[in-house]
Amino acid sequence: MTANVHPYVEARERKGVWRAHRFGVLRRAAQLAFLALFLTGPLLGVWIAKGTLASSLTLNVLPLTDPFILAQSLAARHWPEATALTGAAIVLGAYLLLGGRSFCSWVCPLNPVADFAAFLRRRFDIRQTAKIRPELRNWIAGAAIVVSAISGVVAWELVNPVTAFHRALVFGLWFGLVPALAIFTFDLLVAKHGWCGHLCPVGACYGAIGKASIARVAAPARAACDDCMDCFAVCPEPHVITPALRGERTGASPVILSGDCTLCGACVDVCPEKVFAFTHRFDHRLATAADTSEPTVSRPKARAA
Amino acid sequence: MSDPREKPANPQRRKALQDAARFSGAAAACGVMLAAFGEQSRALPAQALRPPGALPEKDFLSACVRCGLCVRDCPYNTLRLADWRDGPAIGTPFFAARAVPCEMCDDIPCVKACPTGALDHSLTKIEKARMGVAVITSRETCLNLQGLRCDVCYRVCPVIDKAITLETTHNSRTARHAIFEPVVHAEHCTGCGKCEKSCVLTEAAIKVLPLEVASLAQDAHYRRGWIEKGKAGEALVDAPVKLPTRLPEGVTLPGGPKK
Repeated sequence: MTANVHPYVEARERKGVWRAHRFGVLRRAAQLAFLALFLTGPLLGVWIAKGTLASSLTLNVLPLTDPFILAQSLAARHWPEATALTGAAIVLGAYLLLGGRSFCSWVCPLNPVADFAAFLRRRFDIRQTAKIRPELRNWIAGAAIVVSAISGVVAWELVNPVTAFHRALVFGLWFGLVPALAIFTFDLLVAKHGWCGHLCPVGACYGAIGKASIARVAAPARAACDDCMDCFAVCPEPHVITPALRGERTGASPVILSGDCTLCGACVDVCPEKVFAFTHRFDHRLATAADTSEPTVSRPKARAA
Repeated sequence: MSDPREKPANPQRRKALQDAARFSGAAAACGVMLAAFGEQSRALPAQALRPPGALPEKDFLSACVRCGLCVRDCPYNTLRLADWRDGPAIGTPFFAARAVPCEMCDDIPCVKACPTGALDHSLTKIEKARMGVAVITSRETCLNLQGLRCDVCYRVCPVIDKAITLETTHNSRTARHAIFEPVVHAEHCTGCGKCEKSCVLTEAAIKVLPLEVASLAQDAHYRRGWIEKGKAGEALVDAPVKLPTRLPEGVTLPGGPKK
């Protein structure tokens, strides 16, 4: 059972191009749109969102602040103005609703960079990968908080490639491109999903929020799964799929409950059997409907080599 | 003592401990690098000035999230976010007075824009801003100090006659003219940098320096009598003892009491 080098081929054949790439296209559109909100001001003089992903003001009324950055500032013993606190509360609320790490796959400007590296890995069948435990990101997040507390500097912002890259794009500070290039190289040549999946503490923070968030991906039609492994090939956090997809025997919920899931929808797109769907964590229809449905006969795969 | 090669009694616990050790090691290494980098980022070069209302540099880096909102709301494009090799910590706002000085907006939009208070919202009068302090850094080249009448720094100063005054002294070179020396009074200087920007020389003879460099607090252990006296409302020591005037026989001091 090895991951497929051309995972979307069968999905396209069975579901059509749009259904096989829907969420991929929507995600790129969302990422571009979020960037465009910040760029209309400097490029066209029409100000929609000002600032960066660290803290921003949209249409002069909506403040948004990254909760992880604010947590470090608090650890560094600075009590911020109400604007930043409100902004962080809004962000917290939004991601509790929409899924913590949906930031990673729908907003973060580094996501296309990491996705491109992952795509090239699949394309050229690069299997070698350094073994990094994904929990390391939680420890890096903790270290950033501790260092902030000791040194009195918002520590992760010294190196944060997410905000550095966003600043580079929005403010034209070219040095921010360096960490993005480093992450691309690292993900391509050193570790599969190396940065976003194992190291990034910003994602770790949104992952912690995501443990409790409402929006979820689930495998309601898991009985139809024919073990083609395409979802595992495209998922940036493949370990989140297993409990939901293979939980029939153990009676586990078909809802993907891990905070690591980025709600990218790649599994929804790639699955020719339409096993996966976007839903919410209180979707009770799933528990009953899913496992009683007739398993569809799995068809042998016709795939170009 | 158990043989380490023995099968552990509790493999999960052992693995958890090993993991914890490994992760905390990695986290500590990462933390030390961050901390070292953080210390290095504190060095603010003398040409880089923080926006009005900025907290003292060490507090500033605990508060600034490097969002750039102050830069966006600066109507004169004075403020910039630091890129690599600009000097200040990457992504933090600053300005270089010689390039674009602060125009001292009455409504201080940059401070209002700051979501975190890294720019102190209690600053509401721009004249109270202390972005730095102007210093005549080159007495040798300043035209006024050569006895010429340039006066540009004095005339552009938004706090003219308070932050910069022209003090006349005798011009000993010509013996018949005055030198109009520009003198900065730190208690009124906002550090806007208009003087540095408009200095007519190729290299400005007046420069705005960070407060940590140019405007230092008096050592606490110096008690200046005249100030202490004012504070106490009375002399702190008794009036000097009257001593008898002792002079040789028959000598009088000029203006002294007549015999």
